[in-house]
Amino acid sequence: MKTKKSIPQVIWGFIKGNPIVVMMAVVSIIVGFTIDNFFSFENLNVLLGNTTIRFLIALGVSGCLITKGTDLSAGRQAALAATLTGVMVQRMDYAGRLFTWMPEMNMWVVLLIVLAIGAVIGLISGSIIAYLKVPPFIATLGIQTIVYGFNLIYTNAQPIGGFHQNFKDFFNWKILAIGEFKGFSGYILFAVLFGLLFWFLYNKTTHGKYMYAIGGNENAAEVSGVNVKKKLMQIYMLAGCMYAFAGFLMTGKSGGASAGMGTSYELEAIAGCTIGGVSTTGGIGTVPGILVGVLVFELLKIVLQFLKVDPNYNYIVQGLVVITAVAMDIRKYVAKK
Amino acid sequence: MSEYRLEMRGVCKSFPGVKALNHAQLCLRPGKVHALMGENGAGKSTLMKCMFGIYSMDEGEIIYEGEKVSIKDPLEALKMGIAMVHQELQPIPARTVGENIFLGRYPMKKLLGIIPVVDHDKMYADTDALLQKVRMNFDSHQKVGELSVSQMQSVEIAKAVSANCKVLILDEPTSSLTSNEVEALFRIIEDLKADGVAIVYISHKMDEILRISDEVTIMRDGQYIGTWDCEGLTTDFIISKMVGRELTNLFPERNNVPGEVVFEVEDFTSINPKSFRHVNFQLCKGEILGVAGLVGAQRTELMEGIFGLRSHTTGTIRYQGKELIINRPKDAIDQGIAMLTEDRRATGIMGVLSIADNISIASLRQYLDYGFILNDKKIEALVQDNIKKMNTKTPSSKTQIKSLSGGNQQKVLIGRWLANNPDVLILDEPTRGIDVGAKYEIYCIIEELARAGKAIIMISSEMAELIGMSDRVMVMCDGRVTGFIDGKDATQENIMELATQFETV
Repeated sequence: MKTKKSIPQVIWGFIKGNPIVVMMAVVSIIVGFTIDNFFSFENLNVLLGNTTIRFLIALGVSGCLITKGTDLSAGRQAALAATLTGVMVQRMDYAGRLFTWMPEMNMWVVLLIVLAIGAVIGLISGSIIAYLKVPPFIATLGIQTIVYGFNLIYTNAQPIGGFHQNFKDFFNWKILAIGEFKGFSGYILFAVLFGLLFWFLYNKTTHGKYMYAIGGNENAAEVSGVNVKKKLMQIYMLAGCMYAFAGFLMTGKSGGASAGMGTSYELEAIAGCTIGGVSTTGGIGTVPGILVGVLVFELLKIVLQFLKVDPNYNYIVQGLVVITAVAMDIRKYVAKK
Repeated sequence: MSEYRLEMRGVCKSFPGVKALNHAQLCLRPGKVHALMGENGAGKSTLMKCMFGIYSMDEGEIIYEGEKVSIKDPLEALKMGIAMVHQELQPIPARTVGENIFLGRYPMKKLLGIIPVVDHDKMYADTDALLQKVRMNFDSHQKVGELSVSQMQSVEIAKAVSANCKVLILDEPTSSLTSNEVEALFRIIEDLKADGVAIVYISHKMDEILRISDEVTIMRDGQYIGTWDCEGLTTDFIISKMVGRELTNLFPERNNVPGEVVFEVEDFTSINPKSFRHVNFQLCKGEILGVAGLVGAQRTELMEGIFGLRSHTTGTIRYQGKELIINRPKDAIDQGIAMLTEDRRATGIMGVLSIADNISIASLRQYLDYGFILNDKKIEALVQDNIKKMNTKTPSSKTQIKSLSGGNQQKVLIGRWLANNPDVLILDEPTRGIDVGAKYEIYCIIEELARAGKAIIMISSEMAELIGMSDRVMVMCDGRVTGFIDGKDATQENIMELATQFETV
């Protein structure tokens, strides 16, 4: 039977279990009270906007991580989706239009096309991993550079702009305007939507249970009747779709697209997952955890910016945070002496 | 100078939530084999890990050759002359026998008088000498990954011997050996005894203990129960000390009645010519069919073939006259076959997942609402029912399975298959590495299932278990079925006779 814990015990347990989250909360409160404009709706909107994109990528990569894999191609795949979105939503009368033969397309149709392409790339990575048994690290490293190369070639390494008004309008759409604050960007709702969807998928469907089972013990899962190969392919396919969705949002959010976008986003997503408790040894990870992890990582970047830390130093701080998070995660599993 | 080579006294060790050792003690004399016995979870391995420096003791002392010592890590233990052959072997498969034996202490020489390099010639010469000493005749240049499990074990023992050890810990050394190999191991142990090595021998096999050991120390729940001279000890006495009560029966009363033939395997042949071939057998409703054979008889491979984990070239499987097409485990499961695999850790448990997830994984499809939403309430009911029925000891259904004892893990895995209500159950070494008390419970479960009309195939390497539990025994040798013996007539002798019918080339 469970013994009831006192409130201080519960709080101490949380601090011990989530030191980085607690540390970030404390730091942001201090920064918030010492630096003007940190606690503002505008700043919150920036934070949530950045988080949305990383969160979608992190959700995609979480399936790979939970099954003891990884996906290093996430950022480049998102970039490909971003440029593809860009070329398909360019104005008909725009002089720099890349594909002049292309008809004007509804942005939701564009989204579907981009998602389909993402799924195909994911299917390819998944097949290489499941059937050719190439370790995920290597397979997705290969896919990463292939996708990047392809992206550079077809865009001629040129930035893409001149989007039609409907597309721009959608990304200027605001919700929850309060007083002088014009409201939050509407596309943040996608983070909520996909968060709920993935939570459902991971907790209430056989897909989720099988995914955790593969991460827990691939052989045991196979013996228990899980079609491991098929499941891995589905996981990488779904991941591909998520990167594509993130890429679509990246183009809309920044109003332009180029092959260089999304560089190292996969590392940020993996870092966010890890900070949020997705175990690198497989089988463990929750959607709320991933959200918190990504939020903390984005918060860290904004805090550093407010503290006027030289952006070049940010990388060092971020790297240290990631290593600390994984080191603490691993400690939970290393047998205590 | 004390009469003991090594003494451990008053050893206490706690892990979060458990007191693993509570004033345990062990005194080893030179040139004697000292059996350390106790159920799983009694603290044998923990005590050995304290001696070998893998764990640090909370309390207690180690006196080695009359002097109080503290052993901080395995390297220090090795330097002092304490060596351990672990239950789970940890060789480096891609390196040679010689490299494995001398890992971390390669013989060196100076190239051109200054550059230190590994002296391979000396290393392999020394390895050959060592292998001769442990009476093993295989090539020191062979890759360890190409050896059989028993040969790997010999390599580990050779490694311990090469350290010129004065204390040797053997943790379940015979669990994967055939009887010939056990004999070879015993000869090595005799040689080491003659050299004055103090040997700790951990095993669950009573006959071995009574044969090879001079003294027995029994532990229960982390406590020291006592030490006895082996002369005149009986199995019953040891078991009663281990479990703390008298065990009247090792096997439950058998009330299952085999019915009509339901499961047939015909001319079943592996794609691997060295594996199972032309296997025919039939299985009745409510029958327990024991499968006997030496290591390498391909019993596991045959069953994995039937279950769809391995490929076959020819052969048909029929259930109630209907042919079953099985290409992967899912096909077998869908058609009412379940298989408890041999290696719990490698292909059974999903360590970091909860008991609930481990129980429900094979039967989730039965608990879908609207075809895609899992019904948590029904699953939790299944899990609770399963835990109760199997008498699994766990704090909660959310507990990670890896924190349970072997016996309880096995109950969870059997529960996983029962949740599917299979018609044919294949149990591969269902009681391997499980303590006596839990073994009896598992036998009761198997008997109950047979009584309920399930057809059961039980692979086992323990003769007593095969003879005590089977309605019929199927014996295999080198990939072929060499005969069937009625359970009532089965003896160790007639099983062994069939198990050693090798084809003469």
